[in-house]
Amino acid sequence: MSTNSQLRPNRANVLRRSASNHLVTAISVLGTLLVLVPLIAILVYLVYKGASSLNVAFFTHTPKPVGESGGGMANSIVGSSIILLLASLIGIPVGILGGVYLAEYGAGKTLGAGIRFVADVLNGVPSIVMGIAGYALIVVHQRHFSALAAGVTLAIMMVPTVTRTTEEMLMTVPHAIREAAYGLGVPRWRMILSISLRTAAPGIITGCMLAFARVAGETAPLLFTAFGSSFWPHNLNEPMAALPLQIFVYAMSPYDEWHRLAWAGSLVLITLIMVSVGLVRYVTSRGRLKGGH
Amino acid sequence: MGVGIEVKNLNAWYGQTHTLRDINLTIPANSATALIGPSGCGKSTFVRCLNRMHETNPSARVEGMVKVGDIDIYNDAAPVEIRRRVGMVFQRPNPFPTMSIYDNVASGLKLNGFHNRKVLDEVVERSLKQAALWNEVKDDLKKKSGASLSGGQQQRLCIARALAVDPEVLLMDEPASALDPASTSKIEDLIFELKDEYSIVIVTHNMQQAARVAENTGFFLNGQLVEFAPTSTIFTKPHDKRTEDYITGRFG
Repeated sequence: MSTNSQLRPNRANVLRRSASNHLVTAISVLGTLLVLVPLIAILVYLVYKGASSLNVAFFTHTPKPVGESGGGMANSIVGSSIILLLASLIGIPVGILGGVYLAEYGAGKTLGAGIRFVADVLNGVPSIVMGIAGYALIVVHQRHFSALAAGVTLAIMMVPTVTRTTEEMLMTVPHAIREAAYGLGVPRWRMILSISLRTAAPGIITGCMLAFARVAGETAPLLFTAFGSSFWPHNLNEPMAALPLQIFVYAMSPYDEWHRLAWAGSLVLITLIMVSVGLVRYVTSRGRLKGGH
Repeated sequence: MGVGIEVKNLNAWYGQTHTLRDINLTIPANSATALIGPSGCGKSTFVRCLNRMHETNPSARVEGMVKVGDIDIYNDAAPVEIRRRVGMVFQRPNPFPTMSIYDNVASGLKLNGFHNRKVLDEVVERSLKQAALWNEVKDDLKKKSGASLSGGQQQRLCIARALAVDPEVLLMDEPASALDPASTSKIEDLIFELKDEYSIVIVTHNMQQAARVAENTGFFLNGQLVEFAPTSTIFTKPHDKRTEDYITGRFG
């Protein structure tokens, strides 16, 4: 049985396989490190540069004019929170509804393919172009910069990511589970809401968080829409301060103190994003059942 | 109480494929009816036509008449209404993974807008007892996900879920084919218990199973109903040569 013995593992083969196994493991670990090291380095550097400028005033005061020392970014923190909340309130529902259409209704339809194509193109549009679009479509008509324009522009930037992840996640919901719902006489809309979306929820939430984190750091669109301000926000229809804008202004300035404030602002911005993402994860993972998905 | 099913000139298609040809059949109430036949013979498509699940596939088409009790299901009623009267258990257990055991059983009622806690509690307990699962899960009803149970338990959970909406007919599409022998025999005992109160139609590849649980058996081949008769007749003296060849293992 010479043919059969060739198929059996021999010593040299086993050794080679074990070696390539170790090699691939090593490459994977190396790749992970290559990604993690810069990330951690940035965080450490931010803390090193920014932490010393963080004090109570930073979180309670508005910026001081040139020449006066002290001041803080309280208005920017509040402004960023308002703009991001607005963007999420518009962008996430629209994005999820779009994803539901693509996955549940638009399969194989021309409109579905069109939306998918537009979403992918929109995803690749540079943020400064989105800023100019927001400027042309909203700011020009309103005749002034506004937080509203910023919120809407960031929302538009969130939509493609949210739509496409929602679609992808809904597609992973097993057909058998949908059938189970249909088999119980559950109407389609109810099946989508209570079964498909609920089963896909963890993935959809991840998509929303990605979209949120991406626009949270955007500066270019805000330059054309929110514009920035040195004062506390009063209403959505006026220029508003935002962390990325304030960081931009401070980092571009010739003053050492402002540079330090810019570092502190960056640290706060990153922390803000991490805390929001962590909070959403915590809230949405509560009440998960034993052995559930 | 179960109701009978009357099928006249039923034809079904998937796209261009003609999967069911001129099926005529009367399924008696409060009994178990087995459908046997080789893979791809149309028996699954047939049961999916009895609760209008067939048409959830976009390329599917149906012609002919199906009466469940007094209702002509393709003319007198909406699909969602029919599916509540005609429950279904699928080949692979498919509990809702995000829901607790309790919510899985209550899902048919809850998702149709029924929220009376006291009644739901009763229905969940009754259905789980009917499905012989109550004793195994009563302590974890709201703690554990339906997906945390073993395969056999999951299938009984799915049966309980189907029973909770109080259907008149229960369709079972190879309900035990993914289960081990012990779980299979539990499901068969269950069918035996349930057939006094519900009309049960069970698709199976296992001819012993058909012989054990069903009063009547239908043999499908190439989209046609070759023979429908009392189970004992089908297995001892079938009228059609093809039925005999199939049950004696000459093909299929």
